[in-house]
Amino acid sequence: MSFVPPPGSRIPSGPAKILYFHWGIAVLLAAVSCVGFLMLFSVADGSLEPWSQRQMMRFGAGFALMLVVAMINIRFWRSLAIPSYLGSLALLVAVEFIGEVGMGAQRWIDLGFFQLQPSEVMKIALVLVLARYYDWLDPEKVSRPLWVIPPVILTLLPMGLVLMQPDLGTALLLGIGAAVVMFLAGVSLWYFGTAALAACAVVFTVMTSQGTDWQLLKDYQFRRISTFLDPSSDPLGAGYHITQSTIAMGSGGLTGRGFMQGTQSRLNFLPEKHTDFIFTTLSEEFGFVGSISLLGLYTLIIALGTLSALTNRDRFGSLVTGGITATFFLYFAINMAMVMGLAPVVGVPLPLVSYGGSAMLVLMGAFGLLQSAHVHKPR
Amino acid sequence: MSRQQFPKKDGPRISRRGLLLLGGQLGVVGVLGWRMRQLQVENSERYRLLAEENRINMRLIPPARGLIFDREGRALAVNRQNYRIVMIREQAGDPEEALNRLASLIEIPEAQRARVLKEVRQKSAFVPVTVAEHLNYTEFARVSANSPALPGIIPEVGLSRFYPEREATSHLVGYVGPVSEKDLKEQEDPDPLLQIPRFQIGKTGVEKLDEGKLRGHAGLSRIEVNSVGRVMRELDRTEGTAGANLQLTIDLDLQNFALQRLAGQSAAAVVMDVHTGDLMAMASAPGFDPNLFVFGISSTNWNGLLNDPYRPLSNKSVSGAYPPGSTFKMTVALAALADGAATVNETVFCPGYMEVGNRRFHCWRRGGHGHMNLHDGLKNSCDVYFYEMARRVGIDKISAMANRLGIGVRHDLPLPAISEGLTPTRDWKQRTQNQSWLVGDSINAGIGQGYVLATPLQLAVMSARVATGRAVVPRLVRGVDSKLIAPEEAPDIGLDPRHLAAVRGGMNAVVNERHGTGWRSRIEDDSLAMAGKSGTSQVRQISAEERRLGVFRNEDLPWNRRDHALFVAYAPVQAPRFAVSVIVEHGGGGSSVCAPICRDLLLQALYKGPPPLSAYPASDRDEIEQRRALQPEAPARPAHDRA
Repeated sequence: MSFVPPPGSRIPSGPAKILYFHWGIAVLLAAVSCVGFLMLFSVADGSLEPWSQRQMMRFGAGFALMLVVAMINIRFWRSLAIPSYLGSLALLVAVEFIGEVGMGAQRWIDLGFFQLQPSEVMKIALVLVLARYYDWLDPEKVSRPLWVIPPVILTLLPMGLVLMQPDLGTALLLGIGAAVVMFLAGVSLWYFGTAALAACAVVFTVMTSQGTDWQLLKDYQFRRISTFLDPSSDPLGAGYHITQSTIAMGSGGLTGRGFMQGTQSRLNFLPEKHTDFIFTTLSEEFGFVGSISLLGLYTLIIALGTLSALTNRDRFGSLVTGGITATFFLYFAINMAMVMGLAPVVGVPLPLVSYGGSAMLVLMGAFGLLQSAHVHKPR
Repeated sequence: MSRQQFPKKDGPRISRRGLLLLGGQLGVVGVLGWRMRQLQVENSERYRLLAEENRINMRLIPPARGLIFDREGRALAVNRQNYRIVMIREQAGDPEEALNRLASLIEIPEAQRARVLKEVRQKSAFVPVTVAEHLNYTEFARVSANSPALPGIIPEVGLSRFYPEREATSHLVGYVGPVSEKDLKEQEDPDPLLQIPRFQIGKTGVEKLDEGKLRGHAGLSRIEVNSVGRVMRELDRTEGTAGANLQLTIDLDLQNFALQRLAGQSAAAVVMDVHTGDLMAMASAPGFDPNLFVFGISSTNWNGLLNDPYRPLSNKSVSGAYPPGSTFKMTVALAALADGAATVNETVFCPGYMEVGNRRFHCWRRGGHGHMNLHDGLKNSCDVYFYEMARRVGIDKISAMANRLGIGVRHDLPLPAISEGLTPTRDWKQRTQNQSWLVGDSINAGIGQGYVLATPLQLAVMSARVATGRAVVPRLVRGVDSKLIAPEEAPDIGLDPRHLAAVRGGMNAVVNERHGTGWRSRIEDDSLAMAGKSGTSQVRQISAEERRLGVFRNEDLPWNRRDHALFVAYAPVQAPRFAVSVIVEHGGGGSSVCAPICRDLLLQALYKGPPPLSAYPASDRDEIEQRRALQPEAPARPAHDRA
């Protein structure tokens, strides 16, 4: 099927596309990434090695990827939605067999030069495939029960695979991301209400399963939940992360202890200071001013992303933009809530700031899709 | 699919939901911002404090322990450099291999090796583990010189207590040892220093009782540590103050001499300056090497000390309470005189026994002494005379006089386990034994038997008080941190000088008049002549029965049932300077066993060294010459039957 622009609209073409780039988002992404370089430099005790420099290179690659993806027509990406979903699903299955084991979970496929985390790719592929589905579906049918079932299956399949790794955090991200796309597509609120009740039932079942033969979560996951509810119950054990990270943040005060002056991160009281807990280092060293500023940058990105989705009259582009923005939002909101002790520790990185190859590339690729939708939207 | 229509149909719907979504997201952002404010603005003080607590550790720097000297400034307890080797695993690599390398330089016994390997495994990689301690300098130097080839093996110098005089002052000075749970419980507000692993505190003797002065105050080092406790850097440091140095009243030469004279016996001797109360020597034999305890005593050594019938761990000079025997007679005499129950010249007839009711109390001389006044009663140690005195004056007044002379009261010295002795009264017997006091009890007490108990220290104090008429108080510490403590002028004891003179005359006669019980141990130099009193105290009450039946002679009894031998003395007679008491457990007769020791101690003290042979009676000179030739070798302990 060939792309037929809506009447009265104009699709930019050729090198001129660059003018239609969402430069605001691009600049904000770069700004947030720079914060990441700075913090990785700091947690390495003022050294570009081993994290900061590599992160810069990845950002460079990621930025280039974003540009390339953005220049390609969104219609092309729409045609790749189903294959990429199937491919990601296959990778998730593969990871069960050949995945690298780390921290009690099977998550990576070692490609030699790169450790691919299929669940990261799946987050985008799921958004794409759901957007594709609702783009195709007659809007009249969106809320009909029969037509609600396929997207639910599309979501539950990867969620189940990710849970088997086990990676509760990513599974939740997948589920919520999919729910956002369905919500934007116009699925009746009744379904969401019902799903919320079902989720509560599941949570209840899971919690009561503790200690029984059919226990649904690993012991350490239960421990995380119970220590989240009362971190002081185990200050040196599982509650250590939360306790130390709130201490670090709080001790930063209004203006922070100064760049590279954070004692908590300097002296290794913070766990995983260069990955999931990097935000605490920032908060400790730059204080409330620093942390609220980063939160501001993130908020601007989701605001601009949402506005772009709202103004996009192409249904696929709009849904993709909304889905990616929401996924991005979930990343930083869950990470921040986690390090501030508002959510259990679930292992979600701070987007663009935490050190990590897959996450950076996938995220920039996703923003490439968002940019493509923005560039190619009917004007 | 009519794509052309969807902007019209779906646009508004997406917009509404999209705005709703954005609103929800902004709401979450608001919660996050609120939480940031809560943590970083409202409660930041609290968290700042917690972060500091995380980061900063106080480390105590143990102060150098105060030294202990004798009155001439000779060291009794010092801090010696303790050369030790520690290992840090993270630098050493394989601990087994590191130990092998080290073993080529110094000897590492198998047990020690096992202990080190176990400790290394248990502790964090950066915590130093002590591999060897108390190395000699040569070994230490050998390890230091090879340190470039021994990564992670670190030679260190610490301080550890050393007692250069070993046995001589073991009971006085005591020893230090690691803090025990019990030590911690005993203290109301324990010094944080006590928490330092391997910190040592005084366990006995002056080390224990003057612990407060000797310990000093800890220095403080503030260090920054990381999450696993590794020291990152020192932030600041305040040095502590070393403990105070103590100067004791003891004269080391005299102390050594006393111990040599007592060697081979289970015995105690006390020499006291009669004017200042300074304890010049306080010996308890046998002694033990306190250094064994500092190094960590082996169970073999410990059991050896514990099970020795001569009780080397006990300080007999202050904690041994013995029936004073005839050395108590001065007290009985002074009580009777002060009470007016007898006069100085009044005589008592001694037929060899005294009958009270249907009981017969014997004099040591079966045939009797005839008419005895105070002078002759003391000189001959006539029992009947003192039976009569005791009967007349009664136990309560005898005990009161004994207390006045320093017996049965506690003398406050920085020593543990000081015995109060015992001066019985009617009340006391009623209270403790629920029996009424009998005349026979008084009569027994008249010759220092029965319930009366005194320590060698108390007997020396008694002797000094009789010699001076002043209430001299013994003291053991002469100075703190090179500031001498002036001795207090002893108050007059308030006894009639004529009574005192009569008692002194009797004591003089004991030694310096022919047929006196101490005649053979007199000092020939008239200006230094000694006065004294012998005593032989029965270990068991029934031995009186045995003696009456003539079944046993003392020498026939097993060692631990023989009589204790005692002697108290002071010298010079004309102007007393030193008082002395000696007891030899199960030693036999006081005059033959203890009197010569008293004399030798007094001469040694008066001359501040070995006196000329001319001071000794001609009969003893050969023996003394021989003994001096043997010095400083201590005579071997005689093979007593220790059954």
